[in-house]
Amino acid sequence: MSAAIGNTILSLPDQATAQIPKRNYINNEHGLLSWLLTGDHKRIAILYLISITFFFFIGGAFAGLIRLELLTPQPDLVAADTYNKFFTMHGIIMIFLFLVPSVPATLGNFLIPIMLGAKDLAFPKINLLSWYLYMIGGTLTLAALVLGGVDTGWTFTTPLSTHYLNTHVITAATAIFIAGFSSIFTGLNFIVTIHRMRCPGMTWFRMPLFVWAHYAASLLMVLGTPVLAIALVLVALERLFGIGVFDPTKGGDPLLFQHLFWFYSHPAVYIMILPGMGVISEVISTFSRKRVFGYTAVAFSSVAIALFGFFVWEHHMFIMGVSNYSALVFSLLTMLVAVPSAIKIFNWAFTLQKGSITFETPMLYAFGFMGLFTIGGLTGVFLGSLGMDIHLTETYFIVAHFHFVMVGGMLMAFLAGVHFWWPKMTGRMYPESLSKLAAVTTFIGFNLTFLPQFILGYLGMPRRYHAYPPEFQVLNVLSTAGATVLGIGYMLPMLYLAWSLKYGAIAGDNPWQATGLEWQIQSPPLTENFLETPIMDHEAYDYEWLTNKTKKEVTTVG
Amino acid sequence: MDSTLATPHPHETVLHAEHEHVVLPQHRHHFETEEQQREAGSFGMWLFLLTEIMFFGGMFFAYLLYRNWYYPAFAVASNQLSVPLGAVNTAVLISSGFCMAIGVWAAEVRKRGVLVVMLILTTFFGLIFLGVKADEYHEKYELHHIPGSSFSTSMFVNPAAYGIKEEPLSPDMAQKTQIFFFLYFAMTGMHALHMIIGIVLLFWLTWRAHRGDFSAGYVAPIENFGLYWHFVDIVWLFLFPLLYLINRHPLH
Amino acid sequence: MGLSPVLWQFMVKWLHASALFPAEASGISPYVDALYFFLLLMTVVGTALVAVLLLVFSIRYRREKNPVATQVEGSTLLEATWTIIPLAIFLVTFVWGALLYFRIYNPPANAMNIYVVGKQWMWKAEHPGGQHEINALHVPMGQPVQLTMISQDVFHSFSIPDFRIKREVIPGRYSTVWFEATQAGTYHLFCTQYCGTQHSGMVGTITVLTPDDYKKWLQQSTSGMSLAQNGERLFASMGCNSCHSGNAAARGPNLAGVYGAKLTLTDGSQMLVNDAYLRDAILNPSQHVTAGFAPIMPTYQGQISEDGLIDLVEYIKNMQSNYRVQQTQVTAESDLAAPTTPPQGTNETVKP
Repeated sequence: MSAAIGNTILSLPDQATAQIPKRNYINNEHGLLSWLLTGDHKRIAILYLISITFFFFIGGAFAGLIRLELLTPQPDLVAADTYNKFFTMHGIIMIFLFLVPSVPATLGNFLIPIMLGAKDLAFPKINLLSWYLYMIGGTLTLAALVLGGVDTGWTFTTPLSTHYLNTHVITAATAIFIAGFSSIFTGLNFIVTIHRMRCPGMTWFRMPLFVWAHYAASLLMVLGTPVLAIALVLVALERLFGIGVFDPTKGGDPLLFQHLFWFYSHPAVYIMILPGMGVISEVISTFSRKRVFGYTAVAFSSVAIALFGFFVWEHHMFIMGVSNYSALVFSLLTMLVAVPSAIKIFNWAFTLQKGSITFETPMLYAFGFMGLFTIGGLTGVFLGSLGMDIHLTETYFIVAHFHFVMVGGMLMAFLAGVHFWWPKMTGRMYPESLSKLAAVTTFIGFNLTFLPQFILGYLGMPRRYHAYPPEFQVLNVLSTAGATVLGIGYMLPMLYLAWSLKYGAIAGDNPWQATGLEWQIQSPPLTENFLETPIMDHEAYDYEWLTNKTKKEVTTVG
Repeated sequence: MDSTLATPHPHETVLHAEHEHVVLPQHRHHFETEEQQREAGSFGMWLFLLTEIMFFGGMFFAYLLYRNWYYPAFAVASNQLSVPLGAVNTAVLISSGFCMAIGVWAAEVRKRGVLVVMLILTTFFGLIFLGVKADEYHEKYELHHIPGSSFSTSMFVNPAAYGIKEEPLSPDMAQKTQIFFFLYFAMTGMHALHMIIGIVLLFWLTWRAHRGDFSAGYVAPIENFGLYWHFVDIVWLFLFPLLYLINRHPLH
Repeated sequence: MGLSPVLWQFMVKWLHASALFPAEASGISPYVDALYFFLLLMTVVGTALVAVLLLVFSIRYRREKNPVATQVEGSTLLEATWTIIPLAIFLVTFVWGALLYFRIYNPPANAMNIYVVGKQWMWKAEHPGGQHEINALHVPMGQPVQLTMISQDVFHSFSIPDFRIKREVIPGRYSTVWFEATQAGTYHLFCTQYCGTQHSGMVGTITVLTPDDYKKWLQQSTSGMSLAQNGERLFASMGCNSCHSGNAAARGPNLAGVYGAKLTLTDGSQMLVNDAYLRDAILNPSQHVTAGFAPIMPTYQGQISEDGLIDLVEYIKNMQSNYRVQQTQVTAESDLAAPTTPPQGTNETVKP
């Protein structure tokens, strides 16, 4: 272990002699079937990682096409209905097939059992089933796309989706229904695992914050997703039989659909962001060599977000003629749900204080997350504030706001996590300088893409517009230019991570000198994770414990 | 291990003591102990039932809203459902649940014969329930009470012509009975779908029980299926009063 | 607003000239912008605070400078600080936003009413005097205007960014929004709720005229029949007047002067008669039976267009006596067209 004080904590084994461990989960069995029928949570995580990346780039391609169309005010690239299909597919793919499963199904799947000292998730077969459900959902989405697309928007607003469109609404709704069950099973598996599979000594308050965040997100998945499922079933039935449950001319209430839909889809944004927050806690702690400031507050703020998250859905409907008093209540609750996020941000910032900070790629992404999520979160307060919401809702301000949270927040966190645990997952390091370049490119590209959209939103440019008044063009051109940079920023990791699978430096067990249980085992781990059940005899993020342990190993070896 | 494993049920302790050194073939490698596996299984099942509650909850919410809005239509339409058939079905389903409960007990005390008989009885009652339900659906079909293009409100606009002792509804309100019937079909249909899935599982479990899979102390599938089956019963116990009974006035 | 009006004007004009800020063309705009600037300030300060913390800590505690971290458990005081201060700021924005919301959505009593019907993919505006516009709306300056809006098909949303107003236009339900234009000129009208293929084509122009110009425009573009007159014809041709004749023995309640009154229904509940009530009572009469009357009125669901409903509502709204109803009944029976003299009170919207 290098003792010299440099600007990195990276400690790799001697590359001349180091080898990837002979036996690990990747080469334990061979053949495609051994992957497709696996019960190993790590292999399922890799399956998810591959499929999620695939859908991310499809969704990203649609984003590119949208930005390309918006380069000019005239509707000149594609026809209006094609454009509508673009943003619908972009939304459906990115939300249901990328953001919702992104961190939980890949990193969470891979790490939660190891972090708890378990050999696997509680239900490995259900875990595999949820991947298959995800793939069926994904395939159906692609089928809807290939058959001619769907143009409801990802929100499936009735009565537009039930009576006024003749595209493949039912196919897309079925896809989301099935992908939803994949998410329910993942959440269920996590909750049971966290409750029942912790190793001796792993009390609730010794769990890494990553696990806490996933616990909160899993609660939302398990309780929220079924409501979306039933809402989509009702849409499909209404479309098939015209029974009128959401049709005002037959006495139905079109707003009922939106209540049911947002009852899931608002918590869904916390399903997306909470696991990302878990990643940030791990990364910030590791690269500042310090226990997360106010561990308990961060843990409970995750749970608080999950609980409050269920009672704010109506803020998507403030201008829809809901009763004034319910609008007041929901606005107030929206303000309250913003507080735990603020707590987290400051706790992370103060984790840095008196730390010993280094700036590897995951840390850069984490910094990006903190900045962009702060902006995303605070602009959310604009929208929660009733009077302000009237002018801003349904404009590009909304688009910018949720992209700051989802892309600036969640995607940054996802990339931070992928880089951070890449050596654990593959046993090899990614190239450091190239990845730093990618992180910076992403950050710049992101801001260039979405900051102008805030201004466009206040100017009043409505979202989902295929053509727009010419005075908005300058800002749209900036946004499209930014999207190009952003696209490059996302292509880079794809390429160098693939490259590193073969040529990356051998990482060793614990390249970051991190404290989590996952770092105390070999990389890539064994199929059974641990040779013997670990005993957790220290708090999470206990760097002194790690130092003592390392010293002991050195002395015994020496 | 943590405190969750500290207090197993008495009979479990006995079982465990008797078979301490026998590793069941069904014990999965990633669980430390069989109790852990068993508890994880039933915990997972409870969580799954929670998602089911949320799933049905969406429809109950819609029911509540529309009942409030279109009370007269809901009252009259609800009175068209057959209480005797519903009551028979309730009794049938409770019997089915009772057999399932005995089946779980039989599995726990390893009475293979009783278990198989009870599973068959559970299936039998389940099928009777579905049969009665199908008959009710058929009646609605004949009366044109299936929502959709063939739906007819004439019975509610002019009840006297059909020999029904109800206040006639005005045409606009009569139209809202369609929403009642839609919710009726959606809710009982979803319930029936759960029954059908349950019966398919029952065939499989009966076959396994017959083979003797659950005669050596491994009863988790039976227990968890029991939870599921009781949940399906309980949903019906909410549906029956809400859809059939709520507007009856026995004193009239 | 705290800021001197001159300075405010200067700032806003300058911002608008840079094309990064919408014009302030309605009475409400400065209030919305004030909250916006407050929130913007909050965001900038908040983000700057986080950025400064990250920067300062990164420099002071980077590994080269601080090789060994000092473990700190947390600090209740600090954590309470960053719980309470954001909470306080958020609560301020909540109260401020709520006050603004009520200001934007509660129309003043003297607002003139214009009807708007949204359909895929156009806006139809109907002035009480019978002027119809498509994808355009002419309004007078300095006069509160209330829009009563409804959609014929799917959700739409009526948005005038320069006025800072927006409201969902909902199928089967009236929604309202009001504004008072303060600057003559033309402004964008957008549909902001995704409504199908030509969503981005559902745009229009709001033209704000000086009161004099507005009067001229009204005269030039009248179709000769006010909404109430159209309503009167419809009232007669659909046979409404046979029951709602105002006679003591009539089968339907007397509608003269009913608008704005509180009705007692058969189920004992009290209802305020407004536009939404009248529309609902025509479509779903059995839920709106006035006490003392039998539920015999048939539904008109599917028989009258939204425009027709607006005509009827406007007619009933302005109906002060039953004289003309009875006259119309006679003329209708003798198969003659309705008289064309305007009923009283069409030019000035009467709101009790």
